[in-house]
Amino acid sequence: MNSDNDKKLGPPLWLLAELTYDCPLHCPYCSNPTDLGDFSDELTTEQWCKVLTEARAMGAVQLGFSGGEPLLRKDLDQLVKHGRDLGFYTNLITSGIGLTEKRIAKLKQAGLDHIQISFQGADPEINDAIAGRGKAFEQKFKMAKSVKAQGYPMVLNFVLSKQNIDQIEAVMELSCQLKADYVELATAQYYGWAYTNRDHLLPSQEQLVEAERQVNQFRDRQQGKGPQFIFVTPDYYETRPKACMNGWASTFLTIAPDGSALPCHSAKMLPLKFPNVKDKSVNDIWLQDFSFNRFRGDSWMPQPCQSCDEKEKDFGGCRCQAFMMTGDMDKTDPVCSKSPDHHLITKAIAQALNPQGKIVQRVNQRKIVEADIARIKL
Amino acid sequence: MSNQTDIPHFNPMFRLQWEQAQDCYVLLFPEGMVKLNGAAGEIMKLVNGKNSIEKITELLLKQFPDGQGINDDVNEFLIVAAEKKWLYYEQ
Ligand code: SF4
Ligand code: SF4
Repeated sequence: MNSDNDKKLGPPLWLLAELTYDCPLHCPYCSNPTDLGDFSDELTTEQWCKVLTEARAMGAVQLGFSGGEPLLRKDLDQLVKHGRDLGFYTNLITSGIGLTEKRIAKLKQAGLDHIQISFQGADPEINDAIAGRGKAFEQKFKMAKSVKAQGYPMVLNFVLSKQNIDQIEAVMELSCQLKADYVELATAQYYGWAYTNRDHLLPSQEQLVEAERQVNQFRDRQQGKGPQFIFVTPDYYETRPKACMNGWASTFLTIAPDGSALPCHSAKMLPLKFPNVKDKSVNDIWLQDFSFNRFRGDSWMPQPCQSCDEKEKDFGGCRCQAFMMTGDMDKTDPVCSKSPDHHLITKAIAQALNPQGKIVQRVNQRKIVEADIARIKL
Repeated sequence: MSNQTDIPHFNPMFRLQWEQAQDCYVLLFPEGMVKLNGAAGEIMKLVNGKNSIEKITELLLKQFPDGQGINDDVNEFLIVAAEKKWLYYEQ
């Protein structure tokens, strides 16, 4: 164990329950693993209930149900009720596909606190092309209205890419119309399918600067009213990495559909053996497992991080990003301008200006299809 | 400064809850949590759409008899809380 682990380790405040990788949509920015496995090893209702109980006993307080599409789990209401009875604040993170007015009401009865709906664009044409499903926009729009009508706090999540970032003004108008409380305007993070498609998705610096200008202008006009907009830029254009997950295994605990426990939802790609809640308690996993301790503290850090005075701020960046780009999960995140691998980021940005090959759309079986959005005129 | 007869309403977008692991009251909202210090927690508990500011101060003084100057604390906190939209006033 690292010496600096003696600093008091808090509980996993945030528990993300990825109920299933299955999803009716095919977003090319999806951060789910590109190798989805099959769905037969998903946790049972009882196993999920046990995980929630154990995590809550440790002090976990925010509970997110996500996926894939969590609405595909028939026992969602039951899990929401169990989580809420334990005192969790319960969040449903959904594409909106599979919601009905009745289901929204039933979830409320079960104790659901908040619903987050993701959008792929501000109008049906762009949205449905990116989502890879007709009528998706219409469905999301209707359900967002119903979520607010039924008294929930609502977050809308717009995943921005080259294809839709120029719509940002319309996106903000739509958010006001739908009476969202918070709106994440988030450029895709490049994991999973999004990494495969990065050259096609990563907006240019000019697009980002312009989008940010429009967001600021819009905020000024709001005068404290309407939704709160949160603009998340891709870290590729930064000179310092994100403080990934608030520090490895410090706050967040993700449980994958098959019960794997992960310090972040993309960590499965790392050459580490992660524990499974089928074999171990959440307590043992959080406090003792090798993989969770692996990047806690700073004794694992390479140079330049080891002697850097910013290491308390960003913890050396994202382990998954370091691994994806350099093949070595122990390295400094290449986003950092002090990293000897920073040229990989510069190269990726240049490559995205002129993407080669075709965009691939997430599939839920094992075949890969070419996406419609490749055909959208930019 | 607010009018002492104004009645603050708790914003239902938030949930107030005692957290054993944090040893304090917390406000929960979509994907977030704020920890409240002792006094803030006690004040928020009394924000229910019925108690006026005056009444809240009075109730707190009963609870903490040597809480001199509590009036200013209450007023100061309620202003911050309104800014953060934890509570609102009917117009
Ligand atoms: S990003 Fe799209 S495809 Fe991936 S889980 Fe979410 S809605 Fe489904
Ligand atoms: S060198 Fe490491 S610790 Fe320093 S700023 Fe860069 S990533 Fe962060």
